[in-house]
Amino acid sequence: MLTSDEINEIEAEAARYPKREAVCIDALKIVQRHRGWVSDESVREIAGHLGMSTTDVDSVATFYNLIFRKPVGRHVIMICDSVSCWITGYDRMRKHLHERLGIELGETTPDKRFTLLPIVCLGCCDHAPAMMVDSDLHGDLDAQKIDTELEKYK
Amino acid sequence: MTTTTERPLTENMRPDGSFLDVRAYEQAGGYQAIRKVLSGGMTPKAVTDEVKDANLRGRGGAGFPTGLKWSFVPLGKDAPNPTYLVANADEMEPGTFKDRLLLERNPHQLIEGMIVAGYAIEADIAFIFMRGEYTLAAERIERAIAEAYERHYLGRDILNSGYGLELYLHLSGGRYICGDETGLLNALEGKRANPRSKPPFPPVVGLFGKPTVVNNVETLSCVPHIINNGAAWFRGLGRTKDAGTKLFGASGKVKRPGLWELPMGTTVREILEEHAGGMRDGLKFRGLLPGGASTDFIVEEHLDTPMDFTSLDKLGSRMGTGTMIVLDDQTCPVGMTWNLTHFFAQESCGFCTPCWSGLGWAERILKSMEEGRGESGDLDKLASLAKMWNPGNTFCALAPGAAEPVQSALKYFRADFERHISERRCPWR
Repeated sequence: MLTSDEINEIEAEAARYPKREAVCIDALKIVQRHRGWVSDESVREIAGHLGMSTTDVDSVATFYNLIFRKPVGRHVIMICDSVSCWITGYDRMRKHLHERLGIELGETTPDKRFTLLPIVCLGCCDHAPAMMVDSDLHGDLDAQKIDTELEKYK
Repeated sequence: MTTTTERPLTENMRPDGSFLDVRAYEQAGGYQAIRKVLSGGMTPKAVTDEVKDANLRGRGGAGFPTGLKWSFVPLGKDAPNPTYLVANADEMEPGTFKDRLLLERNPHQLIEGMIVAGYAIEADIAFIFMRGEYTLAAERIERAIAEAYERHYLGRDILNSGYGLELYLHLSGGRYICGDETGLLNALEGKRANPRSKPPFPPVVGLFGKPTVVNNVETLSCVPHIINNGAAWFRGLGRTKDAGTKLFGASGKVKRPGLWELPMGTTVREILEEHAGGMRDGLKFRGLLPGGASTDFIVEEHLDTPMDFTSLDKLGSRMGTGTMIVLDDQTCPVGMTWNLTHFFAQESCGFCTPCWSGLGWAERILKSMEEGRGESGDLDKLASLAKMWNPGNTFCALAPGAAEPVQSALKYFRADFERHISERRCPWR
């Protein structure tokens, strides 16, 4: 069941659009904000609320990079693997994260603290290499800076 | 803004990185352009004509004439209702970081540009479609929109002019193809962002089937200055026929990566050597993508070309977004082409066969070359795949864009590709 908070937030967004289905992406993001990720059950609940088929909602959910269809850790690290970061050291940064956290791209640490994901260009090319942790952008990365920044996320 | 500066887009930005709030924007002359048009000084058609006359071309990469796009929207009492305006703030072209600056540092400039554009096309509702990762920009745009409503620059009957515009921020779920005009419209409708077949074009049949103009953030940010200072002034800012200033940038292993607002038509060399400071010590220049991942490589012999739409088109490349990505001699051109092709393959929406099938195929070939498993026919295969991505074979510009770095890398760095195959390894590893 969607909570009343979730429903209120979805309805506030829905008021901007002439069609109910138009709020589908916002609804997925709202539910993810409350629950951390979008489960099969969440997809069914959103579909029910918007009068859409589960398949339609899932086809939207799986299309977008920022909708997580698997559980994630308390903090999500998104490391940019696009061209400017690739030139300036993406491979080294990914290896360092792998050594530090013991996980590959797409995995979560056993203590559920971090999930590591690749992301396309973050528009931070003048401070490459770059990554985001949750909603914070970190640029000019090197191994030491990664270590310092990650300490802030418990 | 009323000052006739040579750097209209960035001049009033604060050096400390904070944003111009509504008061600071007004003190710098902001919101004069909407007073000028809304006080009865200019009809919607007159605004469009001024922008046409200014020769403002779309800063999202395609360079389509902005005033001409606006002129396709049906106006008057019998026009379909509502009409929409969308600011494309979905900056996801690899190597591009210019709209972030405009969004984070001068959000009211964009909002004022949208109100003027909205008035010109008689829009009722406007959206800023922004990528979800731009969290600081989102915070500042939300605040600026609230301030603009408080000051009665947005909402019904703006400044008692009879014209009204609602403006909303929409944060994307994240996918490169949302940057395509019609892909973006499908995303705003809550769907997968598959681009639409054209025609009809969005100014006639767009969001929810209604007339819609989609303009890039930098394009819209130019508009208040054109209204305040006139078309002739704007044309005079450029060094070549393509008018105005442009946010140019450089990334890669240059001494000073960054962004600079410069006259349109500033040469590639000037941007690379004077502003970006040339290559880092010990590195040599090999080539660059002039404006994002989907533009053809250019090399040393092209460095004196003016950065504008017309001049780079003549070289068989494109200015694109104007933010160059620089390749040095210690970075592998095959590896770079693999990285770019990986991006396009991953971001294909999956609709047109040359794109979803061909890009993945090309990526596998490039990967095998990098891993020492390249074969003698691979270069011909890559060339023929890139040909299949040319315009006309797909609904949108993603695959044609993906072809550009591949076809030009094969042309300028052919010996490096051949070495990967003959030596059965990447010489840079």
